[in-house]
Amino acid sequence: MQSYLSIEKIGMSFERAGARSEVLREVTLHIERGEFVSVIGHSGCGKSTLLNIVAGLLTSTTGEVFLDGEVVDSPGPERAVVFQNHSLLPWLTAYENIRLGVDKVFRRTKTAAERHEWTEHNLDLVQMTQAANKRPAEISGGMKQRVGIARALAMEPKVLLLDEPFGALDALTRAHLQDSVMDIHAKLGNTVLMITHDVDEAILLSDRIVMMNSGPAATIGEVLEVPLPRPRRRLDLAAHPDYIRCRAAVMEFLYARHRRGSGLHAA
Amino acid sequence: MSMPARNLLAPEPAATVANDLAIVLTLPPRRPPQFERLRAVLSMIAGRILPPVIMLAFVFIVWELLCSQPGATLPPPSKVLANSWELIVDPFYDRGGLDKGLFWHLLASLQRVALGFALAAVAGIGLGVLIGQSTWALRALDPIFQVLRTVPPLAWLPLSLAAFRDSNPSAIFVIFITAIWPIVINTSVGVRNIPEDYKNVARVMRLSGIEYFVKITLPATVPYIFTGLKIGIGLSWLAIVAAEMLIGGVGIGFFIWDAWNSSLIADIIVALIYVGLVGVLLDRAVAAVGTLISRGTSAN
Ligand SMILES: Nc1ncnc2c1ncn2[C@@H]1O[C@H](COP(=O)(O)OP(=O)(O)OP(=O)(O)O)[C@@H](O)[C@H]1O
Ligand SMILES: [Mg+2]
Repeated sequence: MQSYLSIEKIGMSFERAGARSEVLREVTLHIERGEFVSVIGHSGCGKSTLLNIVAGLLTSTTGEVFLDGEVVDSPGPERAVVFQNHSLLPWLTAYENIRLGVDKVFRRTKTAAERHEWTEHNLDLVQMTQAANKRPAEISGGMKQRVGIARALAMEPKVLLLDEPFGALDALTRAHLQDSVMDIHAKLGNTVLMITHDVDEAILLSDRIVMMNSGPAATIGEVLEVPLPRPRRRLDLAAHPDYIRCRAAVMEFLYARHRRGSGLHAA
Repeated sequence: MSMPARNLLAPEPAATVANDLAIVLTLPPRRPPQFERLRAVLSMIAGRILPPVIMLAFVFIVWELLCSQPGATLPPPSKVLANSWELIVDPFYDRGGLDKGLFWHLLASLQRVALGFALAAVAGIGLGVLIGQSTWALRALDPIFQVLRTVPPLAWLPLSLAAFRDSNPSAIFVIFITAIWPIVINTSVGVRNIPEDYKNVARVMRLSGIEYFVKITLPATVPYIFTGLKIGIGLSWLAIVAAEMLIGGVGIGFFIWDAWNSSLIADIIVALIYVGLVGVLLDRAVAAVGTLISRGTSAN
């Protein structure tokens, strides 16, 4: 029985100057439609590698990824990625950045007027309507990330892939964007796979948290269900017993059992 | 600036008056605006225009002193002015044949440069994108380019004369072959430097080859292309003067050579100054077009 997104026994090795390094081994993960799953783990354990394999940007050495019954073998808009460093095209405005993907995906199914409306709708979804005609260099880091999210959402992906989408932002901006993502997920019911370094972010947003062992040859260590009811409010959660229990479990996994290097923001 | 404060305080007339008073009192002491403008213009003149003018005057004085000595081989500026007065004040005269004002000679040279440079730009950008995008093309073409680009421009002239059997296309070819290398090399570097992120975005969107070229490659490479074009136009102008000395006909290069043959040293000096000024203008024009087009394409 296959899930909406099935990651089956993925293994990944990189070959560099004759030396082979195994990054992922036998990673299996099943995600249902509408689920929000976070992947957390120490820096360098292979989280981005896993996400890029799901995106189709990398080809795994062994194993396979299925989305909605089909094998993933190349990148495509049904698995839209929000990159850590926004990667907006600097010569296009916020509107044009989103419109580029919209035009490509809906060229046959929507008229130009509908595509324009859909682009504006997605700008509105991330509260960026007022900056529609600004270039990336003219807007703040948080706004760029919003546009990046809108660009991905506007392609109506079957699964939204987020690679540390808020990693480069300050705590306040990050909290705002987390709330936005939560609202959008509640409204649209997207299937989301998100990579993060931030324990609180993972608990706040996810239905399940996948904790990865440290590499080399990283595997999935534990999967934690987050039973907190939705809609979640950041302020109410802090004292919630389930929240405290989840937080303790993730911290315990990351720091007690898989102590390694730095790069975690668990404040 | 004072409007929001006034609106807030509007219900209380007394406060408004006080507020207005405060505004009047905090205004800086008035100066006539013309005076301010005059000051700005004066300081601009002192800072930007005065130094080169002083230096130029100094150079002319030294030149005048040196070349007024008995036995001097070159004319002093005063003599240049006297001997070439007609050339300086009337660049547009045309008495048929080669006896034309400098404008017509420069125009002929510029036409050759425009044609050769335009061809070099098109071919250079095309080849640059090719060897930037395809490692195979880079490996195949790079060794050939490395050798060809070190050939001095004038060395191509005899060969192109043999091939075209006409002086004008030969000169244009020399421009083309001179200007193309920096354009090819800079364009290919630009294409190779397209950030991996942009490529990933294009792959996720499944942009086709042509879409990728128009939407990603060209805008991402524009600053590099214009660096190449700027170097290329400079080299073209260097090469055309030399090439025209050999091919003859109307053109600033042959004008200089002709003046030398007629011992009109003053004319040579005037022509050199014009050549320099036009070279600067060409350089600035390409740079201006570059900043206009690449506005906003630089990554933050
Ligand atoms: N193209 C590659 N060639 C060789 N090794 C690679 C390549 N890409 C990633 N690696 C290695 O794979 C490992 C995992 O990298 P990855 O980027 O997936 O880690 P990560 O968990 O996302 O880390 P971070 O949290 O710091 O982003 C690292 O040790 C990295 O050096
Ligand atoms: Mg990563």
